[in-house]
Amino acid sequence: MRSFSEIDTIAKRASKGVGFSWGVAEEVGKNIKLLETYGLPGLKNLNEYFNSLQVKKFQNLTFISNENQSKIPYCPIIAGISFLDQVEEIKDLVNIKIENMSYPILFLPFLSRASEIVGKKISLKIDEKIFLLNFNQNIYSNYFSDEILPNSNMVEINFIENKNTFDQNVWDNMYKLSTNTFVDETDELKKSAAGAGLTDND
Amino acid sequence: MNISLRDPKKIMKLSKLGSFHQSKLSFLRSFLKEFKNWKYNRDLFDLDENGFGRAVYSFSKNKRNYSLICFANKIDDNERSDRVIATKWDAAFTLHDGIPSKKDLDRLSENVPKQEVGRMSYKELTLSRANKSVRIFDHVIDSLSKGKQPDKDKILEVGYLYRTTAVYGSGKFGLADRFRIKNRDEIYGPFRLEMMLVYLVRQFTFDQVNHIAKFKNPKKAVTLDNDICRSLGIGNSTGLGMAPFIVNHPTLLNNWIASRENVLKTIREIKKVEKKDEDIFKNCLKKSLKNISSWSTDSEFQKTKITSLNEDINKFLKYLDDSCVFQNEYAFNEIYLWCEENLKDECIEYIVSMMMEPFDEIVEPFIHKMSSDEDKYFNIPSNRNIADLRKILEEKYSDILKIDFSKKESNKNFWFISKNKEEPRLADRFHDHGAELEQPLAIARDISKLYERISNIKNSLKIGKFLLENNDLRHVVRRAFITEKFPYAEIQDNTIGSELTAIDMLRLKLSFFGAVKFDPRSDKWLRISMFQGAPLPQDLNSFNEHWVYNSYN
Repeated sequence: MRSFSEIDTIAKRASKGVGFSWGVAEEVGKNIKLLETYGLPGLKNLNEYFNSLQVKKFQNLTFISNENQSKIPYCPIIAGISFLDQVEEIKDLVNIKIENMSYPILFLPFLSRASEIVGKKISLKIDEKIFLLNFNQNIYSNYFSDEILPNSNMVEINFIENKNTFDQNVWDNMYKLSTNTFVDETDELKKSAAGAGLTDND
Repeated sequence: MNISLRDPKKIMKLSKLGSFHQSKLSFLRSFLKEFKNWKYNRDLFDLDENGFGRAVYSFSKNKRNYSLICFANKIDDNERSDRVIATKWDAAFTLHDGIPSKKDLDRLSENVPKQEVGRMSYKELTLSRANKSVRIFDHVIDSLSKGKQPDKDKILEVGYLYRTTAVYGSGKFGLADRFRIKNRDEIYGPFRLEMMLVYLVRQFTFDQVNHIAKFKNPKKAVTLDNDICRSLGIGNSTGLGMAPFIVNHPTLLNNWIASRENVLKTIREIKKVEKKDEDIFKNCLKKSLKNISSWSTDSEFQKTKITSLNEDINKFLKYLDDSCVFQNEYAFNEIYLWCEENLKDECIEYIVSMMMEPFDEIVEPFIHKMSSDEDKYFNIPSNRNIADLRKILEEKYSDILKIDFSKKESNKNFWFISKNKEEPRLADRFHDHGAELEQPLAIARDISKLYERISNIKNSLKIGKFLLENNDLRHVVRRAFITEKFPYAEIQDNTIGSELTAIDMLRLKLSFFGAVKFDPRSDKWLRISMFQGAPLPQDLNSFNEHWVYNSYN
């Protein structure tokens, strides 16, 4: 078994080896390690993508907007770098669509890290596969295959507003139960509590 | 009194970093302290009459167990080499997490002796190999088998029976990734398990010579005297492979240096130095002189440094005798300022290390701050702007920005990974081939490029936008924002210039390991000794914290 440290190093070196800058290669190394940590087939997809660079052309997506279309498939690494670098500016966009992206699994860890940076969960749809990226802490998905995903017709990204999964009724009930751990204070104790004896306009 | 931390622009110069010495913060010393209450055991010792076979040593406490597994092999004299390209060694070792099963031992016997071409598992934590110092090894066995102790002068001239040629950890060759162990209470310091491996290997070397001598002459043989054992360490041959580490781990480097600097600052702020602390300082200093006088090397570079150290130490001892400085308030601050004024770097840093000796309570908390969760600082803050970046470069890299990279000598070297051994190497850009495959270790040059690149860019431009067209400098943009938070993260020198002394980089790292007797064998590799003077496993329950100065050489 290869360690995650070895995976990081080899992904970084291979990325430089196919022509990315060292700074981008460092990002790819960290990302592939992240994918493999989450049990997703990062290195396999990267290997296929790098092999395909010899025979295919890919489009660089630099400015991210709501609708991103290209006849030539987008490079997942440059798209990911752009997303990460622009995330503070695009976090309020609703439903970002990227058509025709190659090896979209390689795009995923950039979004996972972006989720942590902006403090918002991100939902990612790669065709019918759904991923919920939770602040780079974990990934929830209906996709468990370790296959290579060479292309996606449509990648859809949504920043999810921070909100709870429960309503006020649930909270109230939980609060009521929690009060069972509280103790009634005597009048004497109330008089000696912090701020007692002072006027509010001191 | 509030003393300022020493200026990173002075401390992070390579000549300064290359003058660092071991101290109480050093990893091998903090390792011994942490493991002094652990149970040591020799679990297996299955060597033949020539000392070949396998052995297992362990440290255990509560339900945790670390086992050193040793494989001693027969090799021909002409196969023995300290080069990293060697493929056979006298002994190979791994530190296993837990108690190894028979199956583990068999698996490891197939892989550990092969080192880089073998495969370890997540159950193995560190990996190493070592070669005998043949001259000393044979002399010791010969003497012991004749019923006498070896010639002290002869063995202390070398200082070890074996020297390691590499110690690997943190996921290399399939070893456990650091995240698997980093939250363990006993693993808060860097390289702790590497230190454990080396320490247990040292014990193996003593057991092995005793074993062979006994077989050689069962009736007359004696065992190696414990005091001689204590004064022997483990040697290490270290090449350039270690140098890029300190460039590639900026927050970790910061935490090592910042700990040292903060300890020094706190000691300088002590108003009244107690007599017992003064005595410890003076005693350690005086005892340590033996370590300097027995520091032998053929390197002219190192000889000059040792001579300078000797001269300065004598000057310092005279100052101590004449000045009665300890009667004054803030005595250590006065001492430090005198050193700055009167001594060279080699001795200043020696005294700084020595100042730490009395102050466990100051040093100890900083040992816990010497690791780093590096991934936390990896993301580039893309919403910051060019004005922020420019300010960082001008403030944190001002000396580097003065280097003229249009000059050939500023670009003389390049760092690369060798194809045959996958190890970092240094070559001449204008003489050797491969500069186009240069590793990203020319930080000073790339920082200068970055500064030039942003010279005509408006201050309000966001870093994220800047990177769209400038990803070739992404690695140094990341570093600049790290250095903003971590003042000691960056070497303030040109790591590719003609003036580069690469062994300064090795010495810095090795001093934090706790190595002594740096012996440069060229400008690209050196030998050192570790654990010389250290307590033996049976002494660990109660040993002198200043053992580094107790070796009787």
